Amino acid sequence: MTVTVNGERHELTVPAWETLIECLRDRLGLLGVKKSCDVQVCGACTVLLDDQPVSACTTLAFEARGKHVRTVEGLARGEELHPVQEAFVEHGALQCGFCTPGMIMATVALLGEIPAPTPAEVKHYMRGNICRCTGYQRILDAILAAAGRLAPGGRPRDVG
Amino acid sequence: MSAERLAVVGRSVPRLDASDKVTGAARYVTDLALPGMVHARLWRSPVPHARLLGVDAARAAAMPGVLAVCTAAELPVARLHYGPAFKDQPILAHEVVRYAGEPVVAVVAESEARAEAALGLIDVRYQELPAATTAEAALAPDAPLIHPTLDRAGHFRDLSGLRPVPGTNVCQHYRYERGDLARAFAEADLVVEDAYRYPALSHHALEPHCALARVDADGVTVWAGTQHPFPVQKELAEVFGLPLSHVQVVVPLIGGAFGGKCYTKIEPLAAALSARVRQPVRLALSLEESARTISRHAVTVRLRTAVRRDGTLLGREADVVLDTGAYADIGPRVATKAGSRSPGPYRIPGIRIDARCVFTNNVPAGAYRGYGVPQVTWASESQMDAIAERLGLDPLDLRLRNLLERGEESVAGDTPMDGNMAEGLLAVARALDRGATGAPGRGRGLACAMKDGGGTHTVSTAIVRAHADGSVSLLAGTVEVGQGARTALAQIAAETLGVPFEAVVVGAPGTSLTPYDHGTSASRSTTLMGLAVQAAARDARAQLLGLAAGLLGTDPAGLDLREGRVGALTVAEVIRGHFGLVGGEVTGVGSFVPAQWSGSLGGATAFWETGMGAAEVEVDPETGTVRVRRYVSAADVGQAINPRECAAQDEGAAIMGLGPVLFEARAGECGQLLNPGLIDYRLPTFADLPDAFETILVENADGPGPFGAKGVGESGTFCAAPAIGNAIARATGVRFTELPMTPERVWRALRDARRGAPLP
Repeated sequence: MTVTVNGERHELTVPAWETLIECLRDRLGLLGVKKSCDVQVCGACTVLLDDQPVSACTTLAFEARGKHVRTVEGLARGEELHPVQEAFVEHGALQCGFCTPGMIMATVALLGEIPAPTPAEVKHYMRGNICRCTGYQRILDAILAAAGRLAPGGRPRDVG
Repeated sequence: MSAERLAVVGRSVPRLDASDKVTGAARYVTDLALPGMVHARLWRSPVPHARLLGVDAARAAAMPGVLAVCTAAELPVARLHYGPAFKDQPILAHEVVRYAGEPVVAVVAESEARAEAALGLIDVRYQELPAATTAEAALAPDAPLIHPTLDRAGHFRDLSGLRPVPGTNVCQHYRYERGDLARAFAEADLVVEDAYRYPALSHHALEPHCALARVDADGVTVWAGTQHPFPVQKELAEVFGLPLSHVQVVVPLIGGAFGGKCYTKIEPLAAALSARVRQPVRLALSLEESARTISRHAVTVRLRTAVRRDGTLLGREADVVLDTGAYADIGPRVATKAGSRSPGPYRIPGIRIDARCVFTNNVPAGAYRGYGVPQVTWASESQMDAIAERLGLDPLDLRLRNLLERGEESVAGDTPMDGNMAEGLLAVARALDRGATGAPGRGRGLACAMKDGGGTHTVSTAIVRAHADGSVSLLAGTVEVGQGARTALAQIAAETLGVPFEAVVVGAPGTSLTPYDHGTSASRSTTLMGLAVQAAARDARAQLLGLAAGLLGTDPAGLDLREGRVGALTVAEVIRGHFGLVGGEVTGVGSFVPAQWSGSLGGATAFWETGMGAAEVEVDPETGTVRVRRYVSAADVGQAINPRECAAQDEGAAIMGLGPVLFEARAGECGQLLNPGLIDYRLPTFADLPDAFETILVENADGPGPFGAKGVGESGTFCAAPAIGNAIARATGVRFTELPMTPERVWRALRDARRGAPLP
């Protein structure tokens, strides 16, 4: 199959049963995609498939054929962090960091769909990404800050 | 040193690991690979208690790509059993399996998938034995004896006084008595007696347990996600009959631990398999397998408390029973701490405590953020509100009347109360009152608790190396589990040495190069490793000032090292000037060793870690749904080294503590764990975040740590359950004694209360 990963085209031969997380981690060495619950609950393996967030643990590699996969490794431009990454650093929105790549990719998807989300919209959209360390408040703050940064003039609404 | 003169301590500098963690560059144990590495998978017992009759592994061993199929008898080890309290846990089950999910056979193959496939070809014959799958059943006179004999581990000073009860399943009976209990109850105006239950939990750190091992002519090297690299090193040395110098444990970043990665888990098995196949072996568990490796104790707490009409506590009897599962792990210490903290943070003259740690045929239970304190606090702080209600007193006033004050002893001979608990309790109460709406269906509650922080009788050593270019390496055995330890320790080193924060690098611990540390647990690292780092930095600083004085021909007493300079000289110029080379370095060494070797827990408490919480809840009587609208938590951190990370520890702990209050619990039936994975084990999500959530740091610089610091990290978990339970009782008039308070449980209780029927 042909698949584009973080802007780079790959010609791969994969068995039908290979999952996307196995393909990304073991075949392409993208270790920022984290393996945790294996059952599409925790969101640690969230990647974007044509801008839609999916759990790589329960997506077959084959389902990515002809599509564009984006992982956390594809966000920063050289040394320059993506605004969502910057906001996570500035707001201290991480501790062990194991959920962070998936959390950041889900945030990128959220802000693609809803550029200026309310706190309630963030909580609803992000409920499929579990963090055991932070208690979520700082992640919420980081997401709202990133929204403000990504959509100039579109300040996050302060309701809900 | 006053706070305004501090350069980097007390500042919320960004974490050293933040950039790597947001770009995906951070490497965790599960991301590591070794050249020539092969993979192990485990065949686990389907039954909770059985005698092993035989294993037929011929077909599995014959599968292409399979390198070895091992039972306990085939592991090349000098000693099969390990454990921090008793040497009771075999690396693979030997003769008997004691819980469903216990590893019995290991397969090593060229790929994980191949090893997994081979598991299906293994035939194990066993004869089932009667199982005891609750603590109550295991305490019954006719219960099966799960461990007929026990060998003491002898690793830790505080565990030397363990009291197993021979001929029973009790592996530790902690007893404490003081005062005249009979008189207390005779003089009481009110006696309140309740039993509270706290469910078994899974840690579910997002990164499951993983170990990579290489056994070769140099000895044993293990890369593992453990909070205790040095105790694991000692355990491996004993398992293989090697000197400590031939065993190295390396710990890279860990994806969460929360106590579930305390002490030895799968490291001996990974190493034994590597020794068997003579290749590096990776043993990576799934999240479900991690839940079959370790759990949090289900606890029943019975409290009988004698009170005077004015609210003065006179006496308390506590009976605490912990289901510790099939192997002791660190359960005996959890039982001791749970028992010792069952009086709460109060002045109570008459006390009798019995805490029993009971073997059952369940998954072993061990350390979990708070070491038994959240379980007994659920009971003790719920009962305080019940007492207030019966006496017509305000719950806050009742607590303030009885709280230990600074300098008062909780236990004779142990460290006196070293903080001002009333300050934190009043702070959360006021913060909650400020936003109170008084809306219908709402109620407010609060709670407070204390725990021996930092553990008892632990040791840490650190090395500070000032290099010839002025950069600094800090060698500290503290594990970065997410708590931000590397950042906080770098702040302490930079502040003490007098160099910029950016100059300090903290690496991953490896036991061959990093000096000894007891472990990363019990909120001890910032305080106790912090003292070692401070001492090492002072040593290096004194040496640098001495060298500078030599170069300048002056007295070192008149010199100061600040911002990486001694007067006109940089640190680099001092080192190079002294050695006359482009190389050379200054090495400072420092240790923390406790001054007092006695105390009720086998050593003096390093500091009291205190936590306070206040909640406002909304209960929907139609559905039984409880919504935490607002939560305020407070932690006494002495002096925050990094305020943002201190608050973040407390926030994370509070939300983690929310899980078992409302929905989280392990479900078991006949010794089978029904919800090992996240499909049906509900963890707190974004949706559970209270509408308003606040953490308050109490800072009086009164801790024993560097700059007056005390540890934080566990205390946030103490109060969520009773604060929310007390708020629900206020909102509905119904008091719950069993967690979690699920919608079904709440709905049924409210229905029964309306009907005037007894609680279920």
